[in-house]
Amino acid sequence: MKKTLKTLTSLMLAFGLAACGASSGGSAAPSEKPAQSADAAATAEAQGSGKKIGIILVGDENEGYTYAHMLGIKNAASKLGIADSDIIWKYTIGEDQTCYDAAVDLIENGATLVISNSYGHQSFMQMAATEYPDVTFVADTGDNAWTTGLDNFKNAFTSVYESRYVSGVVAGMKIAELAEKGELVDANFDANGNVKVGYVGAYPYAEVVSGYTAFYLGIKSVYEKVTMYVEYTNSWFDLTGEATVGDDLMSQGCVIIGQHADSTGAPSQLQKNMEDNKYGFTAYSVGYNVSMLDVAPDIALTSASNVWEVFYEYAFNCWLNGENMKTDWTGGYNEGAVEITPLGSAVAEGTEAAVNDVIAKIKSGELHVFDASTFTIGGETPTSMMADVDADFQDDTECLIDGYFHESEFRSAPYFAARIDGIVEETE
Amino acid sequence: MEHRHQKAPLFHVRKKDDTTFVQAVLIRAVFIILALLVSALFIFFVTKLDPVSVYMSMFKGAFGTARRTWITIRDACLLLMISVALSPAFRMRFWNCGAEGQVLIGGLTTAAFMIYMGNKIPTAALLTLMLVVSAAAGGIWALLPAVFKAKYDTNETLFTLMMNYLAIQLVEFFVDFWDKKQSHSVGIINMTSQKGWFPALFGQQYAINILLVVIITVGVYIYMNYSKHGYEGTVVGESVATARYAGINVPSVIRRNVLISGAIAGIAGFVEVAGISHTISKQTAGGRGFTAIIVCWLAKFNPFIMAVISLFLVFLDKGAAQIASDFGLNEFASDIITGILLFFILSAEFFINYSISRSEPGKEAH
Repeated sequence: MKKTLKTLTSLMLAFGLAACGASSGGSAAPSEKPAQSADAAATAEAQGSGKKIGIILVGDENEGYTYAHMLGIKNAASKLGIADSDIIWKYTIGEDQTCYDAAVDLIENGATLVISNSYGHQSFMQMAATEYPDVTFVADTGDNAWTTGLDNFKNAFTSVYESRYVSGVVAGMKIAELAEKGELVDANFDANGNVKVGYVGAYPYAEVVSGYTAFYLGIKSVYEKVTMYVEYTNSWFDLTGEATVGDDLMSQGCVIIGQHADSTGAPSQLQKNMEDNKYGFTAYSVGYNVSMLDVAPDIALTSASNVWEVFYEYAFNCWLNGENMKTDWTGGYNEGAVEITPLGSAVAEGTEAAVNDVIAKIKSGELHVFDASTFTIGGETPTSMMADVDADFQDDTECLIDGYFHESEFRSAPYFAARIDGIVEETE
Repeated sequence: MEHRHQKAPLFHVRKKDDTTFVQAVLIRAVFIILALLVSALFIFFVTKLDPVSVYMSMFKGAFGTARRTWITIRDACLLLMISVALSPAFRMRFWNCGAEGQVLIGGLTTAAFMIYMGNKIPTAALLTLMLVVSAAAGGIWALLPAVFKAKYDTNETLFTLMMNYLAIQLVEFFVDFWDKKQSHSVGIINMTSQKGWFPALFGQQYAINILLVVIITVGVYIYMNYSKHGYEGTVVGESVATARYAGINVPSVIRRNVLISGAIAGIAGFVEVAGISHTISKQTAGGRGFTAIIVCWLAKFNPFIMAVISLFLVFLDKGAAQIASDFGLNEFASDIITGILLFFILSAEFFINYSISRSEPGKEAH
């Protein structure tokens, strides 16, 4: 016992010294303070001096999905003249109590608008929203705000299925070119002569199903005879998992590999396979969130992506003017909230013109991504499509109106979960 | 070659036991100052920030507001509890690397009771029940490898590690089973009714968490140091042969101590789910089961030192998050700073326990 006390005291002493050490460490440094730190310190000091915006991010700039949000927030803020010091950032916040803790901490530091960027943050944001009715909470990509009856709890999700469709058009053009030039090998065709396309999916949920169906329909609008194989990684971000699944799909003969997962794993792997001539043909990548040209310069065609800046500009404007936000915000090509990243050098000739044409048609309403005449379910053209919009696991809303499925109109988060013909889900 | 010269190493490392209390304190102080200086150099030259404001920011992140202080204490308590859980097993040199899984399984059981029994029995009874079943679940999770170790002398490190993956997969299964929205997230359990949540005690939300940890820590300390059963564990750890000679039933001691170890880890899962997060996911244990190994080992099983180390690690964690927030430094930069601090503190322990001397050529080369 005596020894214990002795050790305990020694440690306490040691940590006491650490405090003195801090000041000595400081005085050893040159007295000239870099301006950046002075600013940042001022930010930390400015607690409670005015309204602030609190941002809760699941990752940081090293993760593509979060980076896109950070960029959107910074651009929107500078456009609206919101000072850096009015935004407080919380990085790498898990989808657990940490999110609630972060939200409350932000409010204690003056935030009157708190935005989180990952689906799993939603229920912790909701709990904070119940406790702080004067603060506005937005759970990006969430789906249940409108069912909670809370006036200060919102969801936002871009209509990314539109840019996925357009990225499918880019892929379709490439397949058409390969077929025309006779560059497809036997392995690229299935028994029925359909060209094989692969898709690296995160989870078998509506968000992913909606995305890959739009991608598939985009390809089909250019090149009719395709079959798409979807394999899941069961993670939103998994570098090695996505690389493995991408490689697996290529080994099955897929010549285009799309993705709804947040890393650069799959395109990097495809680039390497091309360099090693691993399968005797080249597979091309259609990415997500960010351009894959940095990691796969020869085989990346484009990526479907979100322009979160458009949403943040809307949200910050409401915040500045004291207006109540929409409960469900969405935006597509018409709002400038989705896009495809710059085309790679591998795209087929005439792709740019085709892409611009399709985008113009989507904007004018001439083309609907989920046009029921372009796909079949169980061999038949659908006449009714019920979907689960209030997230209770039961289909409750008729979404097939005027000949097309109305995605992201009844709530912002995607709810197209039907499995259409021509897409094969590979589940082990 | 006939006249082959055997090379002697340049330095010799010797274990020393004669470090005095004052020396130990001095060594630690020197290393902590060094740690802060080296970190300061990194901060100043690489990140171009002012080290003093970075250190201030770290401190604020952990203790800047009353709420932050409580959260720091809450998280340190949880880490301490898992570290304490490991000590009865580690004392016997039973390398329980499965605390992560034991915490998860305790948390999973707790979540199941919150979901299915939340509306059926009053909170006090429910909490007691959850405490018992989470301890049982964690205990069984640890007992399985212990039974095999006691009977067939299987490798407990690998066995307990594999049990972690089993626990993770089970949690993944139940997350999808309970998640009605197909979003791979259970969300907050009983958000509106708060059934099965720790109530605030003395007006403090985390009082029960802290109370439970204190009771268990003191309990384990007494068990390990002042009970016959605890002493048997120590003997087994020092020499199985001696234990047998002394008439100790070795397999039974292994089973008992590991059962206790797993049960406490299971209770830590209960504290995390019912007392903190009110949800379950594979991140519920959050790697604490592994961090606890470092804490337990560094403290040489002394629960009071474990408390200090747990607090320090949580402090570093909160501090790193705060510098990311204040200065826009990403995780990697914060990790480097905390890494430097930890490296020097571990080095101090090395120099307290070992001495280094230059080898004298000729003398050592036999």
